[in-house]
Amino acid sequence: MTRFIIRRLLITIPTILVVITLAWGLIKLAPGNFYTGEKRIPRSIENSIREKYGLDKPWYVQYGRMMSQIVRLDFGTSLRHEGQSVNSIIFRSLPVSVTVGLLAYLLALVIGVSAGCIAALKQNTTWDYLSMALAMVGISIPNFVLGPILVLYLSLYFYWLPPARWNGFWSQNVILPVLTLSALYMAYIARLTRAGMLEVLRSDYIRTARAKGLPEKTVILRHALRGGIMPVVSFTGPALAFLLTGTVVVERIYALPGLGNYFIQASLNRDEPLIIGIVAFISISLLMMNLLVDIAYAYLDPRIRY
Amino acid sequence: MNDERITKRNLKPDDPTRKSDNLREADLVHTPPEFAVSEEDVHVTDEPEFVAGTSLWKDAWKRLLKNKLAVFGLVVTIIIIVAAIVGPPVIKAATGYTYDYIPSDANLIKSIPPFRAADGSFSWAHPMGTDNSGRDLLARVLLGGQISLMVGIISTLVSLIIGVSYGAIAGYLGGRIDSLMMRFVDVLYSLPYIILVIVLLAMFRSSSARGQLILLFVALGSVSWLTMARIVRGQILSLKNQEFVLAARATGVSTPRIIFRHLVPNAIGPVIVYATLTIPSVMLNEAFLSFLGLGVQPPLASWGSLAADGIQNLGIFPWQLLFPGISMALALFSLNFLGDGLRDALDPQMRR
Repeated sequence: MTRFIIRRLLITIPTILVVITLAWGLIKLAPGNFYTGEKRIPRSIENSIREKYGLDKPWYVQYGRMMSQIVRLDFGTSLRHEGQSVNSIIFRSLPVSVTVGLLAYLLALVIGVSAGCIAALKQNTTWDYLSMALAMVGISIPNFVLGPILVLYLSLYFYWLPPARWNGFWSQNVILPVLTLSALYMAYIARLTRAGMLEVLRSDYIRTARAKGLPEKTVILRHALRGGIMPVVSFTGPALAFLLTGTVVVERIYALPGLGNYFIQASLNRDEPLIIGIVAFISISLLMMNLLVDIAYAYLDPRIRY
Repeated sequence: MNDERITKRNLKPDDPTRKSDNLREADLVHTPPEFAVSEEDVHVTDEPEFVAGTSLWKDAWKRLLKNKLAVFGLVVTIIIIVAAIVGPPVIKAATGYTYDYIPSDANLIKSIPPFRAADGSFSWAHPMGTDNSGRDLLARVLLGGQISLMVGIISTLVSLIIGVSYGAIAGYLGGRIDSLMMRFVDVLYSLPYIILVIVLLAMFRSSSARGQLILLFVALGSVSWLTMARIVRGQILSLKNQEFVLAARATGVSTPRIIFRHLVPNAIGPVIVYATLTIPSVMLNEAFLSFLGLGVQPPLASWGSLAADGIQNLGIFPWQLLFPGISMALALFSLNFLGDGLRDALDPQMRR
């Protein structure tokens, strides 16, 4: 196991290098730069700012500087948000994104797994068809359509929930973003759970468990569920990546000061240190999460040995 | 010459009676006329098997037609495609509205609800209402459908070309090249590619709507080929040791020709299934990017960018969001059903 983790960490490093280099290359190759915005500034001022940020050096010096910064996990200061370090922006916006993303995933897990189990246990009944039809609807409605519709009915017509803005972690403002974000995962997880459970329920060890007289509840919850949710566990990796794009949209819809919103703004403003910082941060954390998922997989499925 | 004939036969994919290959190989040898009788013999014994081999597609088609949801998906998809292509010219002929026609009458430059005229009375002029500039929303939604479907299909084709070539080459060559190529795919798999697409689109933002559209095709196509490459490689691995490949190699067919004329056509089933499922996911990505303002640029519109416009006036003019949103959801819904149905139809083992 330790060897597996070390090997995976070693593969992770070149992957992160590739991402950062690609992002950096795209920024450098694209025509124009941060200073070719709508507001023209005098050449001399631009030159002195460039000197300050080291943007006057040849590309390999800049690349080396950037890499050495990233190794020290110090991403420099933002060009747009003057005087704020990229790190401070990331750590200010991260809790917002993580709260919304995590709550959405937990909600999706709870409802999705229950719905999938019910569908599998009552296969080919109305319950099954109903939950699977709902899941298909959930997969097909893009979150940028679902979100505004929820706002329209729950906030603007009935005034039940606040339509936008961030107001701390324990506020009603969290509810709509979380609902919007979780719909897609709920649907995916329900489908995966149903498929997994159907397969497991037919397997020999479930028959054995029933044959030795275990109560049905134990058979389902202790024996079948453990095998049945394996597809859901392996979906966690891709789900994290989806969650990322999802939070970008949700933060945009609900005007939340999260990482995704900053990232889109930084990309549009060509705020190079901020882009690189967020790209590096997101890829490192995604890859670490994927590693954790693989470890969890091995823990849940004793047949897997690394 | 020989090569041509082998290929034609192999284009009948997934012939379950591959045994007959040896016989048909005999067919291909130039036979002197006096042996014509024996050649006919071979032909006769071969005939029933040959017919059985071609029926995979008929079988799949029958299975697809039995699946009500898949038929629903197919029908709705066809309706949407036809409406997106035929709709705009018809609307223009009938009413004179196009997606970028802004009425010159100042009274009309406001958002009109569905089935209403500017004064609030009932009217057939704008079944979906108009947007803030008074442009007919139906024409815009149909244009959006055109663009969304176009991005979905072209980007999928781009990913198809890259993925199939990559997977087929890796699978056929095998050995160290294969493991190197697949390791590269593994690395790309773990990349948060959507981030790179956002950076790419934001950095190279084109001032022309058409330029941005082409950028979108390339960007989305070049990130969606990974799974395709894996699927094709798996198929090729299972095909490449069969007799018809050996025969092709023995008759001196070049490696690229074996890969693309002999192996790839035989792996087409899973490729079609996966491509059908790639289209909705690409469309969703396109809508996501357009929603963020990075995708399709005005004056063109896609369902994503229309939704982004609509969200601005959500409380007052909800139809501006609802119509593009519902169209998009309907299209994704039916494409997903169609893809699922095709998978079940073409891959009976995977059915439950």
